[in-house]
Amino acid sequence: MLDVSVSYNRYKFLGHEFLTWLWFLIEKNPDLLNQLNPDLVSLEIGNRIMLKNSTKDSLEIITIKGDDAGLEEGILALKKGAVVTELNLHSQCGDLKWQFTLKGESFNVSNFKTPEPGPIETDEDIAGAVLQKAFFYENIMALIDTMFKHFIILRISNKWNSEVVPLIKAWIRSA
Amino acid sequence: MGILSSAVSITRYKVEGKLNEPVLETILNGLEQNLVSEIDDDVSERAVGWTSFESPFKPDFRGSSFDFGSYLSFSLRIDKKTIPPKVFQKYRDLESARRLAETGRIYLSRDEKQSIKEDVTTLFHRKLPATPNVYDVLWNLNGSRLLFFSNLKVANEELETLFFKSFGLTLIRLFPYTIADLALDLSLEKRDRLLKLTPTSFME
Repeated sequence: MLDVSVSYNRYKFLGHEFLTWLWFLIEKNPDLLNQLNPDLVSLEIGNRIMLKNSTKDSLEIITIKGDDAGLEEGILALKKGAVVTELNLHSQCGDLKWQFTLKGESFNVSNFKTPEPGPIETDEDIAGAVLQKAFFYENIMALIDTMFKHFIILRISNKWNSEVVPLIKAWIRSA
Repeated sequence: MGILSSAVSITRYKVEGKLNEPVLETILNGLEQNLVSEIDDDVSERAVGWTSFESPFKPDFRGSSFDFGSYLSFSLRIDKKTIPPKVFQKYRDLESARRLAETGRIYLSRDEKQSIKEDVTTLFHRKLPATPNVYDVLWNLNGSRLLFFSNLKVANEELETLFFKSFGLTLIRLFPYTIADLALDLSLEKRDRLLKLTPTSFME
């Protein structure tokens, strides 16, 4: 395997493309998300998208945040060659809801809110709460991995350039 | 940042290597031998070590308190003494003035200035309590996966170093390339294609 810091920097673009593809999927093909995760009720863009445009000589960072913020600025940035570097997502499985921000280059998760475990009154409750929280955290990690695996399989196939990229370009063009 | 907090940050790791049997005893030994030390009453500036998840300021791993069935949970504690810069400057200037007055000189040599800086630093390190920062660890033994509840570079580097020292196991950070290479069960041929990928442009 490549040196960790070399592979981190060389393949940052994979994370950015994954988040861009995910945004496209949420808007245009949410059924595929349900096929990949049968327990998933919904996955939606949350209250923050960060994009970066380094195609020109200078680096431009665009942050869209707020519950009522429109995503038009983000699409405009994509048209100009920006990529998504961070994405806030809201997901629901059954009655349980999660919110988290995923950073593309590192897959670090931040501002991660899970369903609340039961009340903690005894030592046994603490153990129960830890196991519940572990389940909630791993649930989202598994969701991310499932979607990322599908993306990677697509990405290394010929379908990426022949089918997926034209669809994403058409989505950006028409939005 | 804690496992039970309402909002958390997480860095993911794969754990590589094999623990000696009995596993829980090996882990207990690793934790106890690398327990965080208390530095409030000595001149140390910094301390890094393990502590217990439920009582981070009175660590106690007896009774396998870190064992939660299929998960282990304990915490990394990094204690640091920080001297406020302006306070440091005040005491450094006071000591400089005192030495000059004692010797009747106008200037101090570079070595004397360095010595004053070290003396003032030691004085404060002896008096100041350390600020503790506690980061929880959630280790899925069966899945060889670990969640670390911080995205801070320094905290993650300390975790990786201490984990190896304590248990002889390597933590591999999971980011897009390492997830694709290690955690998605791709064939050799697919991993080879992954290596050759270059960025896509979505511009017209």
